[in-house]
Amino acid sequence: MDAKTPLFPSAFDVKAPKGAEGWEGLYPYYTRFQPARRAEDDAKFWFCNSQHWPTPLRPFDVIFLDFAIKCLGQYNSRHLLVPPANGIDYRILNGFVYFSPVAVAPENIEARIPQFLDRAGHYFGNWNDLYANWKKKVLAMIAELDAISFTDLPEVVPVEWVKEGRGLDNTNALFEAYDKAIELSYKIWQYHFEFLNLGYAAYLDFFGFVKSQFPTIPDQAIAKMVQGVDSELFRPDDEIKKLARLALELGVDAALMTGSVDEALAAVAKAPNGAKWLKAWKDAQDPWFNFTSGNGFYSTDKYWIDHLDIPMGYLRDYIPRAKDGEHIERPTERLLKERDRVTSEYREMMDEEAQAVFDGKLGLARTVFPYVEDHNFYIEHWALGVFWRKMRELSTLLQGAGFWDEADGMFFLHRNEVRDVLWDYAASWAIGTQNVGSAIWPAEVERRRKLVAALASEPPLPALNDPPEVITEPFTIMLWGITSDAIDRWTGKGDESGGLKGMAAAPGAVEGIARVLRSPDQLGELKKGEILVTPVTAPSWAPVFGKIAAAVTDIGGMMSHAAIVCREYGLPAVTGTGTATAKIKTGMRLRVDGNTGTVTILD
Amino acid sequence: MNDLYTMDFSRISHADFARVGGKCASLGEMTQAGVAVPPGFAVTTEAYEAMLQHHNMRAEIERHLEGVDPFDIDQVDRAAQAIRIRIRSHKLPTEVETAIRSAYAAMGDDTPVAVRSSATAEDLPDASFAGQQDTYLWVRGADQVVEKVRDCWASLYTTRAVAYREKNRIPHIDVLMSVGVQKMVNARAAGVVMSLDPVNGDRTKIVIDASWGLGEMVVSGVVTPDNFTVEKVLMEIIDRKISDKHVELIGDAEAGEAVEREVPEDRRRIQCLSDAEVVAVAALAKRLERQNKCPQDVEWAIDADLPDGENLLALQSRPETIWSQKKADTPKKTYETGMMGIVGTLNSALTVKR
Repeated sequence: MDAKTPLFPSAFDVKAPKGAEGWEGLYPYYTRFQPARRAEDDAKFWFCNSQHWPTPLRPFDVIFLDFAIKCLGQYNSRHLLVPPANGIDYRILNGFVYFSPVAVAPENIEARIPQFLDRAGHYFGNWNDLYANWKKKVLAMIAELDAISFTDLPEVVPVEWVKEGRGLDNTNALFEAYDKAIELSYKIWQYHFEFLNLGYAAYLDFFGFVKSQFPTIPDQAIAKMVQGVDSELFRPDDEIKKLARLALELGVDAALMTGSVDEALAAVAKAPNGAKWLKAWKDAQDPWFNFTSGNGFYSTDKYWIDHLDIPMGYLRDYIPRAKDGEHIERPTERLLKERDRVTSEYREMMDEEAQAVFDGKLGLARTVFPYVEDHNFYIEHWALGVFWRKMRELSTLLQGAGFWDEADGMFFLHRNEVRDVLWDYAASWAIGTQNVGSAIWPAEVERRRKLVAALASEPPLPALNDPPEVITEPFTIMLWGITSDAIDRWTGKGDESGGLKGMAAAPGAVEGIARVLRSPDQLGELKKGEILVTPVTAPSWAPVFGKIAAAVTDIGGMMSHAAIVCREYGLPAVTGTGTATAKIKTGMRLRVDGNTGTVTILD
Repeated sequence: MNDLYTMDFSRISHADFARVGGKCASLGEMTQAGVAVPPGFAVTTEAYEAMLQHHNMRAEIERHLEGVDPFDIDQVDRAAQAIRIRIRSHKLPTEVETAIRSAYAAMGDDTPVAVRSSATAEDLPDASFAGQQDTYLWVRGADQVVEKVRDCWASLYTTRAVAYREKNRIPHIDVLMSVGVQKMVNARAAGVVMSLDPVNGDRTKIVIDASWGLGEMVVSGVVTPDNFTVEKVLMEIIDRKISDKHVELIGDAEAGEAVEREVPEDRRRIQCLSDAEVVAVAALAKRLERQNKCPQDVEWAIDADLPDGENLLALQSRPETIWSQKKADTPKKTYETGMMGIVGTLNSALTVKR
C-alpha cells in the first residue's frame, strides 16, 4: 500500500451529492467530521455502517444512533471493562453513518482483566436470573412508554384545576410526556446492550475454539451449532402462519383474499366462524405485530400493527400455499435434529480433552445466544415500535398547531429542536399569540426533506482512510462481518472474473433471476423463485424467505439476519458482498454459491 | 452351499478376513451392511492352499527362492518368473475348479467379471503394499475366470512382491491369497474417494477424484481426474477442479477386456459427475468411515446400466493408512476455558478470522 494515498478517501475530501450541499446543518456538531479535528479523524479507519443505517438519516432519527452507540460504548468501557475494546466512535457523512472501533491501548489491557472477570463473570455466572430480570425491566418500560399520550393544549385550563388550587397548566404534561418518552427510549437502549456484547464474546470464544480444532470449518457450520430454533424473532411470522391455517380450518380463507384490510375483515365478520378468526387475529397483534419492516432505527419504519396491510399481505401469501398442501410451518423438530447432528459429528472428530472444552464453550454459547436473538424483538420491534408510534402522535399534534404541513414533519427536526417547538407551542398558547414556528418550520422542513432526498441519491463510500493492517474489535467482526477479507472485497482485491465475493453464510448453490430490492416497500415485487439481492434484510422479511431461491446482501456477517433465516429455510446465502446491489440488476441471471461465498453474474 | 473354496460376498463377514483377504472381506462386510456393491464371490485361501497341496508346490517354491539375494533384482526376477510359470502350468484341483465354475454360473450366463487378488496381508492398515497383485477386467466365461484366478495366484510372485517380502522378512509361504470374482461394472464414471483430505489429514473433508470410465485410470494416474472437496458434516461441495480427462477405460464385452480410448472432445472438460452424484459418493465414504470406525479410502463407480439413485457402487473400501497413523504425533494443545477463554478470545479476536 502506498503510504501517501489512502485506500479510501478522507472524509474531508468527500463532496456532498448534487442538491445536498449544506447537509451538515441537519445533524448535531458532534456527529460530524470537524475540520478542527481533521488530523485525529483522518488517522482513523471508518467504515460505513449501512447494515443498521442503510439510508440517510432524518434529523430526528439521530436519536437512536446517539443512544445505540453511546450505550454500546458504556458497557465495553465503563460497566464491564472489556479488556481490549472500548466503544465505537461514530460520525455522519452525507447522511450515512460511519463507525470506528476504539481499541484499548495494549499497555492498559492487562489492568482491565481482573475487573472484567469480576463483572462479566457475574453476568455469565447468573445469566438466566439476570436475563429473566431483564425481561421484567423491559416489559415494565414498554408499559410505561405505552401509557404516554400527547393531547392538544385546551382552550382553557380545566375549571376543576382552577378550583382545586392546582396552580399549574396542561403544558407540564406535554413536556413531561415528551421528556419521558426520550428518557425511556434512552434507558431501553442501555438495556439493549446490557447483555449483547457478552453474548457475542461467548459466541466468539466458542467460534474461535472450533476454528482452532477445524481451521477450514465453514463459519455457517459453527453458527448452526449455536443458533436457536425458537427465537421470539420468528414468532410474528409463525403467528401469520397459524392464522393462515386457522383461516382454512374455519373456512374464512376466501373472504381474506381480496379487498383492503378493512374489507377483508368485514367479509370475515360475516362468515359463520368469522368471529373466532377475528379474535385470533386481534390476539396475535399484541405483542407480535409490534414488528417493523425495517430495523426500528428510523422514523419511517412501518410497524405491522400500524400497517395491517403488511401482515395481511403475508397472510395472503401463506393461505394459498397452505391450501396447496405446502408445509408452511418451520420444521423446528427437523432443525433441532440437524443442529444436534452437526454438533455431534464435529464433536466426534475431536480428541477427548477437546471434547470437554467444546462442551463447556458450546454450553455457554447456547445459554447466551437466545438473548442475542430475542433482544431484537423486545427492543427494536416492540419497545421502539411503541416509541415511534408516540412520536408520530406528537408530530401529528404539532402539525395541527401549524408547525408543519405534513404529518411526518417533526422527524426533520433534531430531538432537541422538538423541545424548542414544544416550548414555542406552550408559550404562544399561554401568551395568546401565534407561535413563531409555524412561520419558520413548514419551509424549513421542506428544505430538509429535499436535502435528505438528495443525500439518498448517492450510495455511501464503504469506508474512509486507510484500514489498519488488521481489524481486531470483536464486536465489529461479529456483527458486521468486517474483517481484513471484507475490506479486500470492498477495494476489489478479492474480485475476479466478474464474480462477487462475500461470506459463505448459508450452504447450497442455485441459479436464478435476480430481484434487487432497496427498501422493504418493494417486497411485493418479489416473485417466487427469484434471488433476493438487497443491501440488508430485517427479521420481518421472514415471510419472503419462503418464496426466494437464495439471498445476497451488501452488508452482514454470519449472524446477520439474512444468514440466520437462510440457514433456517435451507436457502443459499452470500452476505457482506459490499457491492451486490450496485453491480447486479433485476432480471440478471445469477449463480449463488453459499458454500464458497461467491455470486456469479451469468448474463 | 459349501463355503470351503468359494464364498458369496453376501456370506462373508470380517471374521473371514484370513480366508478371503482384505478386499473380499471388505466387500462382504459392505454387502452385509446393505451398501450397494457389485455381486460376486471370493475364491478362498483354502482353494489356493489346495492348489499348492495338490501339486506339492510349497517345497518347489522354497527351492526356487533359496539363497536369492533380495537386493539382486536379476536373481529375484529369475526366481519369481520361474515360480509364476510353475503356478500357471498346473491345473486346479477338480474340487476347486468345480466350486469356482458353479459360483460363476450362479452369477448368470457368461457374466463379465473383474478378477482381483485379495491378499491376506495386502490391505492391512499398517502395511501399505496394495496394488502389488493383479486385477483382470471384463473377464468372460468360466474357462477364462478359472485361468485368471490362477493368474492372480501367480501374481503373488511378481518380482516386486517377492523382493518386498524378502526385504521385510515376510515368509513367502505364509502369505496366502484369496481372489475376488465380481460382476463387472459398466462404469460411466468412477474414481476414488477418501473420507479425509489426503493433503493435510483434515477429517472434516471428503475428497473425491473422478474420471470417465473405469476407475483404474484414476488410480494409476493416467488421467488428471476431476477433484471435488465436500464438507463432511454439512455435506456441501466446497471446492471443485474440473480437469481435461483425455482417456477412459471402457469395457469391451466382445473382446472380454477393458480398452483404453480417447474421450471425445465434448466430454473432456466437463464435470464427469453431477453435483448430486458428488454428494452421493461423499455420503458413501462417510457411511463407510462410520461403519469401519476409521477414515476410509474407497473405490467407487457409477454404473451406466443402473437407474439413477441406485447406480453408485462401492468397489472397495479400506482404511486410510497415512494420516490415521500420524494422529498420535500431534502435540497436545492446552485450552483456555471459562472466563479466561473469553478474555483470550477478546484479546486475540483477529486469530478468530485468521
